Amino acid sequence: MSDQPHTGPNTPADRDQATRIHSARERGRGDVQHLPDTTHDAADDPRAGGHGELATRFENPGIPAHVYRRSDVDPKAADRREREVAAFFGLSTLGTLLFIIAYFAIKPAGATGDRLLQQVGLSTKLLGLGLGLAMFCIGAGAIHWAKTLMPDDEVATVRKPMRSSDEDREGAIAALREGAAGAGLGRRKLIRNSLLGAMAPLGLLAIIPLRDLGPLPGAALANTLWRPGRRLVTDPTGDLIKVADIEIGGVIHVEPEGLDKNAHPLEEAAKATTLVIRLSPDLITDPKQKRWSVDGIVAYSKICTHLGCPVGLYEQQTHHLLCPCHQSTYDVTKDCAVIFGPAARPLPQLPLGVDAEGYLIATDDFHEPVGPSFWERG
Amino acid sequence: MGIEATAAKAANEIDERFGSANFVRRNARKVFPDHWSFMLGEIALYSFIILLLTGTFLTLWFKPSQGEVIYNGSYVPLHGLTMSEAYASTLRISFDIRGGLIIRQIHHWAALIFVASMVVHMCRVFFTGAFRKPRETNWMIGFTLFILSFIEGLAGYSLPDDLLSGVGLRITEAVLQSMPIVGTYLAFFLFGGAFPGEDIIPRLYTVHILLLPGVFLGLITAHLIMVWYQKHTQYPLPGRTEKNTVGYPFFPVYTAKAGGFFFITFGVTTLLSAFATINPIWLYGPYTPGEISAGSQPDWYMGFLEGSLRLFPALESQVFGYTIPWNVLIPALVVPGLLFGSMAIYPMLERWVTGDNAEHHLLDRPRNVPTRTGLGVMALSTWVILLAGGANDILATTFHLSINQITNTFRVLIFVVPPLVYVVTKRICLGLQRRDRDLVLHGRETGRIIRDANGEMTEVHAPIPAALAWQLTQHRTPAPYEIGPVADDNGVPRRRLLAAKARARVSRFYFEDQVAPPTPAEVRELESSGHH
Repeated sequence: MSDQPHTGPNTPADRDQATRIHSARERGRGDVQHLPDTTHDAADDPRAGGHGELATRFENPGIPAHVYRRSDVDPKAADRREREVAAFFGLSTLGTLLFIIAYFAIKPAGATGDRLLQQVGLSTKLLGLGLGLAMFCIGAGAIHWAKTLMPDDEVATVRKPMRSSDEDREGAIAALREGAAGAGLGRRKLIRNSLLGAMAPLGLLAIIPLRDLGPLPGAALANTLWRPGRRLVTDPTGDLIKVADIEIGGVIHVEPEGLDKNAHPLEEAAKATTLVIRLSPDLITDPKQKRWSVDGIVAYSKICTHLGCPVGLYEQQTHHLLCPCHQSTYDVTKDCAVIFGPAARPLPQLPLGVDAEGYLIATDDFHEPVGPSFWERG
Repeated sequence: MGIEATAAKAANEIDERFGSANFVRRNARKVFPDHWSFMLGEIALYSFIILLLTGTFLTLWFKPSQGEVIYNGSYVPLHGLTMSEAYASTLRISFDIRGGLIIRQIHHWAALIFVASMVVHMCRVFFTGAFRKPRETNWMIGFTLFILSFIEGLAGYSLPDDLLSGVGLRITEAVLQSMPIVGTYLAFFLFGGAFPGEDIIPRLYTVHILLLPGVFLGLITAHLIMVWYQKHTQYPLPGRTEKNTVGYPFFPVYTAKAGGFFFITFGVTTLLSAFATINPIWLYGPYTPGEISAGSQPDWYMGFLEGSLRLFPALESQVFGYTIPWNVLIPALVVPGLLFGSMAIYPMLERWVTGDNAEHHLLDRPRNVPTRTGLGVMALSTWVILLAGGANDILATTFHLSINQITNTFRVLIFVVPPLVYVVTKRICLGLQRRDRDLVLHGRETGRIIRDANGEMTEVHAPIPAALAWQLTQHRTPAPYEIGPVADDNGVPRRRLLAAKARARVSRFYFEDQVAPPTPAEVRELESSGHH
């Protein structure tokens, strides 16, 4: 594709004129098409084609005349552009230099305390600035070069329809027919069918070995580490808890004693983690809630029944528990019923008691699976 | 030996082995249409390359393991804490490896930009009709890349195993678990047992750095080959037709512009990462299942899912002793399924409605396809409301509003706004079409007022340039599909009558409101009657 002929610089006044000249010249070129119908195949549209088209459609005026840039007509301007491009590339080299200097000059690893964060911050900013400049300026230079010094006249090429010619299509079909006949695909049905029979179950070979990705769920989701008599300990400090340790309005995050010695502490914590809240005993009206409480102290699963986030926010005044993930809100005075948000079930309550030494214990496991719902939950 | 001779020698060696001269001759000067909106997809491509480069750097120190260690690295506030090797090694990358933090930040920012640029790129492709024949396949490839990028992003930001990402994985597990029959099995298979287990980080690592990047590479290559082979679409500007390609030659103009734009994208992402902290995992602490911080937010592209989950009411059923948690199933699986499913099949749907079998290389001006534009903006508005719903806690704390009221408001808006947006967008499109029509028929207002002999004041209108007149009238306004005779001459009912009826109804919905572009005959008629 050669450059297009230039029509010369033009002012806005003679632009219209130039456009017409230019497009007239364009039309003479073999590789540029200006059909009366410019958007559709004539055959596709009953309204297109013929002389009627002239009355129903405006004519595509062709590519506008090329407008010269300063750098096209003024060698001095072009030289200035060249220096600008070079300046960008030079700045990029400086950026690379800055990166290398910053890399060797700043070593945050040895620093401690606030100084570490300062050093890491400084290192990150200087390395980023250096790398950013090195990259950005190469790009800016290249684009400035393309926009001011490389030819900017638009070029048109013919676009052929995607569809192959009829000849090619027939040739393709003939080739495939010939091949299929050679393989006897139509005749030798036994080979074809047995091959299909061999290929079809291959997918099983990809799926079956995935069986050992994990164990079957079994009862894993139904039980937690809480057992009758298991003591409550604070999470994460592991202290035993007596009734007198909790004031009214107080809240403690607890886990079953001995959880850290379990073979799977994280998995068990993900189910057993529990909130202990001390309410004024007169706020507890639900008989089950009262039966499972000790002097106004109630314990509820901390795992949201919506999607399993820890229900971490307790509002002392309203006795509401809020899940920070999706804002399910539970009312502790109403046996942790959901009063707002997407969770569909109350938080399960853990039945509490006091052992001979006066420590808070669970008198049983949760009576239902904790956490989000699942099919077999029942 | 001069540089020219060296190049000639090298070229000869290559050509004798690969016959490359033919390809170069045909393609070096290949013409590419130029428009700023064609750069949006390039940003996605370049972000992907940045992700590959920075990601490779991060793998040199990252340990994809949930094995527990006690931290004693540079960051003193976390000293003595038990944490996974994944989290400890991410701290090491951030504090002890020079340049580690900037590369980590570039990686995360590039990921956000990657998805964002795909969204705007797909908007451009959708609203200009670039997905039409022959490019439906490329739409599907782009769509697949878009969907996979969500999984890739989720897997990536889960790797550091910090408190925030751990909560995200917990939610992922709960969503899997919500599926009827297979849910618990899928969750146990993915996590290698009960949550959190010790398998999920190594598995996500393989998915994140090997499996999906490989798929991305293949699909992106196919995407680009198709753009190259089918040639790029172009806007209906003067001189552009369905049968030509107007633009700049690949070498050198497009090479310099597109190549330069890679460096610009890299540079801007890097500068952003130098001065805007992202994902400061050392502030979140290591993941433990019992802890959480308020204001937990996923990466922005997951926000719509978060909003969907937050807005949906508390519905759950027990059927024959089994639990169906609608409050998870519908917002987490059905809603995105509908949103993205309709996006995937839209090109086929539109072709069925319009019955348009022609190749399209000239893009639509969005106003000229009011129904499509309306539907697109409607889908976007749904997405935006879900996204905002996902930030209801942030909105509540920022503006001191009640979170319950915000949530309830969004629950109403999600049903009210999208249809409203559809109608308003369509009306705006039709209004713009009418303005175009007026401009062609009556010319542009000059601001000169003249008073005639009777004292009547009129404004002088000047004819618009021929190029503009063509640009405003080049589109077609197809008539709705007519069902035609329902039975043949012998009274035998037509086959597939129901499908034809449905098509006629949808086609009417699609095409009944439109403004036909004026014809030269109309303009001449107005001129001759002296009415401007």
